[in-house]
Amino acid sequence: MTSDPDVPPIAALTGITIRFPGVLALDDVDFTLWPGEVHSLMGENGAGKSTLIKALTGVYPIDSGSIVVAGEQRVFSGTADAQAAGISTVYQEVNLCQNLSVGENVMLGHEVRRYGRIDWSATHAEAARHLADLGLNIDPRSSLVTHAIAIQQLVAISRAMVSDSRVLVLDEPTSSLDRGEVERLFSVIRGLRDSGVAILFVSHFLDQVFEISDRITVLRNGKLVGESLAADLTRGELVAKMLGRELAELESISEAASRVIDRTGDPVLAADGIGRRGMLEPADLDIYDGEVVGIAGLLGSGRTELARLLYGADHADSGRVTVRGRPVRLSSPRHAIDEHIAFSSEDRRAEGIIGDLTVAENIVLGIQARRGWFRKIGRAEQAVIVDEHIASLGVRPADPSALSRNLSGGNQQKVLLARWLATAPQLLILDEPTRGIDVGAKADIQRKVVELANQGLSVIFISSELEEVLRLAQRIVVMRDRRKIGELSSHDSTVDDVVDYIAHEGRERVS
Amino acid sequence: MSTVKVVDAPLGLGPRVRGLLTRRASWIPVLAALGILIALLVAGQSYLGNFLTPRVLSSLLLDNAYLLILAVGMTFVILTGGIDLSVGAVLAFTAILGARLLSEGVPSVLVIPVMLIGGAVIGLLIGSLIQFFDVQPFIASLAGMFAARGLAFLVSLSSIKIEDPTILWLQTKLFYVEGWFLAPTGVIALLVVAAGALVLHFTRFGRTIYAIGGNEQSARLMGLPVVRTKLLAYVISGVCAGLAGVVFSAYQGAGYPLNGIGTELDTIAAVVIGGTLLTGGSGYVIGSMIGVFVYGTIKAAISFLGAEQSWTRITIGALLLIFVVVQRVIVARSSRR
Amino acid sequence: MKLRKLLTHRLVLPIAALVVLVLINTISRPTFLSITVRDGQLYGSLIDILRNSAPLMLVALGMTIVIATRGIDLSVGALMAVSGSVALTIIDGSGNPEDPGILLLAITAGVAVTFAFGLWNGFLVAVLGIQPIIATLVLMLAGRGIALLITGGFITTVTSAPYRFMSQGYVFGFPFAFYVSVVAVALVVLIERRTALGVLTEAVGINPEASRLAGVRSRGIIWGAYAASGLLAGLAGILYSSNIMAADANAAGQYIELDAILAVVLGGTSLMGGKFSIAGTVIGVFTIQTLKSTITFLGVPPAVSPLFLAMVVVIVVLVQSRRVRAWTTSAWRWGQRARTGTEAAS
Repeated sequence: MTSDPDVPPIAALTGITIRFPGVLALDDVDFTLWPGEVHSLMGENGAGKSTLIKALTGVYPIDSGSIVVAGEQRVFSGTADAQAAGISTVYQEVNLCQNLSVGENVMLGHEVRRYGRIDWSATHAEAARHLADLGLNIDPRSSLVTHAIAIQQLVAISRAMVSDSRVLVLDEPTSSLDRGEVERLFSVIRGLRDSGVAILFVSHFLDQVFEISDRITVLRNGKLVGESLAADLTRGELVAKMLGRELAELESISEAASRVIDRTGDPVLAADGIGRRGMLEPADLDIYDGEVVGIAGLLGSGRTELARLLYGADHADSGRVTVRGRPVRLSSPRHAIDEHIAFSSEDRRAEGIIGDLTVAENIVLGIQARRGWFRKIGRAEQAVIVDEHIASLGVRPADPSALSRNLSGGNQQKVLLARWLATAPQLLILDEPTRGIDVGAKADIQRKVVELANQGLSVIFISSELEEVLRLAQRIVVMRDRRKIGELSSHDSTVDDVVDYIAHEGRERVS
Repeated sequence: MSTVKVVDAPLGLGPRVRGLLTRRASWIPVLAALGILIALLVAGQSYLGNFLTPRVLSSLLLDNAYLLILAVGMTFVILTGGIDLSVGAVLAFTAILGARLLSEGVPSVLVIPVMLIGGAVIGLLIGSLIQFFDVQPFIASLAGMFAARGLAFLVSLSSIKIEDPTILWLQTKLFYVEGWFLAPTGVIALLVVAAGALVLHFTRFGRTIYAIGGNEQSARLMGLPVVRTKLLAYVISGVCAGLAGVVFSAYQGAGYPLNGIGTELDTIAAVVIGGTLLTGGSGYVIGSMIGVFVYGTIKAAISFLGAEQSWTRITIGALLLIFVVVQRVIVARSSRR
Repeated sequence: MKLRKLLTHRLVLPIAALVVLVLINTISRPTFLSITVRDGQLYGSLIDILRNSAPLMLVALGMTIVIATRGIDLSVGALMAVSGSVALTIIDGSGNPEDPGILLLAITAGVAVTFAFGLWNGFLVAVLGIQPIIATLVLMLAGRGIALLITGGFITTVTSAPYRFMSQGYVFGFPFAFYVSVVAVALVVLIERRTALGVLTEAVGINPEASRLAGVRSRGIIWGAYAASGLLAGLAGILYSSNIMAADANAAGQYIELDAILAVVLGGTSLMGGKFSIAGTVIGVFTIQTLKSTITFLGVPPAVSPLFLAMVVVIVVLVQSRRVRAWTTSAWRWGQRARTGTEAAS
């Protein structure tokens, strides 16, 4: 890490302003990147992080300000310009071509040519060399899709290094990686940093940011809040800078964990050995009236898969499910809905909200689907349902005729919650309902879950944030490697206990 | 946390076998098409007797030379994830334009380039609509199809006979080798196939075509010249349609504005039967050639049988159906991984 | 603000296009708008447009629903040929072409066959998950061949006054075919908008997976859309064959799939599926029919008319394109700024 004043910055953005219709996305922001450092860009959703990245990588034109790369003033009119200037980006959703081989992806646009035609063996050899530089010993001729996301991410980084990038932008690279994969990525990042590459790192995970960063810049509402060395910053200070307010709001949610659940009668839902080959090993789960069961585990641990099987979104090929003691077949979402089960997917945009429909239409969609197309919900009835839920969940803007794609993530999540609550479910499965939404909406949703459980609704709550799970759930199902490894009572567990449990189980399996 | 091994090999099968399968997976539909072609030829021979003769096989190439050229251009477009409905109409337009110019005494050395450029311009217009104005390929090339068809009738409402010796030579000059024969049109078609295959496999432009078909957004973020490449794909399809116009003029000895109606569908069908995925990013020019031969064989067999020509389209429709269902199953199986 | 909302309403452009077309016609031939009454029946260019647009109207209605589900139905033209062939072959073979019972049977059989083909299309798309373009291309290719097989390769002609009435007859002064259009539009509006089918169709078109998880029976909805399209195309084929009193497997419904798609797009429904507008489609159909009538009137050979259609397509898609809209907005803003700038300077 160098902050030697004699070394000139590799990239200096000054006074960057970007305006979108109706929004000032970036307002006079300065950002400086030095060679050989890992510089994290922090901020809540909508703070302007991705806009700043897109300005630096030539995706968005800037309205005012200047971009100086390696001492030279630049105006980028596309990503190709930025790449020519030595700035490469690896995005969260790996932007490679799934239909091509690993080597082709690494070398696309830089293929080795001889006599005007591509020399494939030289090209693949070159690709293999770049992959090996990052410690990847995979066959460059193998198809990209056959590799795990983590490997694909490293392939994307290899690609960035082919064009001798001096700046590497990593936008949320760790969000779909497990702990081991993150370790591997970090060692690659450190290697690149030590060789003089400047790395701009964006992540939601505070631990990872502190682990890898040399310097941190914080944005809020499109404005620069400050820049400081990671070593000079405490976690609390960082969060305070990002939020501009205290975390008290989240802490105020009552300790739901110690509520006593009556587990004498038939459970609302009991799954016995439910599973599917290649997705989830057979697992048991039961949940009683008014109970919140959390599912903890890393991404890819099988937590989403379990939820989808319980909802019938995917077919289970083993196991039995009973609802209030009665055996049922859940082979499609319709069946689950008929059993009063509701499911909100982790992927809000792709699997939840219908973007071009209004808030009102989205909210009544669940009821309408259940009634069938022939019995349309009348205008008056719709208004009553919609107004009630907009008010009780605090959807902003409180306009039923707003297009739902224009809402923020948190409000879209509230609309989804409203859709399901309107169908009066008895079991609500929430997969990552608070991911990527702002703290206010997060608190609203957590509060609502507690309130609903107090009224007798059963909730299965899945989240990457163990604090959240521990705060809301009475019981925690722990998952790992596509199977359930056990259950904990959240009353006498801490975050560390859960983490230990996951890790301990892992050791046991190896030995 | 020290020795975390990233396991990235799916279960089952040896890695070597699996690697070979996944690496060559995109060739499987092509091989299937080849299998169908062979089966058709064998069946033709066993039912019809003198079907597998040098004569029939030679005319298979010559009768379908124009379709082969169209299919190569269409393959480029479909690989980018687009579609070009205009090719049949462009063929008709360039053919009638050429016939008209020739009849007015313009020398063929000028006429042929004009025909190619005519195709290129229409291709460029279609590509521009798609690229710069976000018009869906279906609609943009539909406009191109209407425009070319209208232009064809604007040039002439009736058929114009071609008497130019150079153009006619393309079809009438036959090289004989032991019962096999080949005309310059066939040579042109084969050269176009070879050129198409080489460009797609051995140039950065060709690889960019595949990258765009795989994921256009990614290709753009990778800094590849997406705009230029996509435009060029439609221009290539247009030029191929123009060249097909030349070949078709030679084949028919005349230009006629009603030529090539429905040819775009035959072309698309041949490309799809040849194993190219309509979603883009996967397929080969060689496959399209096989697809054209499948089409030609069916047509030849039906005329051999003396059956209604309407059976050609029915059979092609049925084959198309089988192919898309099989492709669908393959895609579904690989995405379930 | 209200004016702005009105101006950005999505039916503004389609209506404007139609009005412009009517204006051009009225200026170039003042008789365009005139309607004469003869024997209690209305005649005139506008009446012709109403009558001749009926087959396209039926096909375009079905196409609208299919496009709303993110699909497309290329087979409609071929299905028109099929229904005409079936109906006329039955009438021809009956020996009593004037018998209403036979006619009813023939029409029902023709439409039933295309309905079945529509179900087949829907099966390929909704159940097997094949891309709509390809799934319907199969019947587009094979359909006309099937129609030719039904008629034995000939153009079957019949003489039947009641059959002819469907396209040429008048009821209360208006062409019978016009009533067919009106009833079809009314039925589709009733089914789509009075029930929740319309909004569920839009949901499926916008986001199929989210709709499935919300419990929408998307398979049934998509399937139904293709079946409806097949049924409407069959009716259109009956009208077409009644107009020429022949089953011409090659000419029936030629290019109508393209006209129908164009009408839907002209009406402001996106080919990407989702939100659809029946009113827009109706306007789009009239626009296309008026354009065709204009072209004929202008003495352009009908064969060249595709060129004009192409120009209309290009103009419409350009007007709808985001880039051109951005250009016009920025030009407008620039004009405003220039004006306020000069005001400030003075």
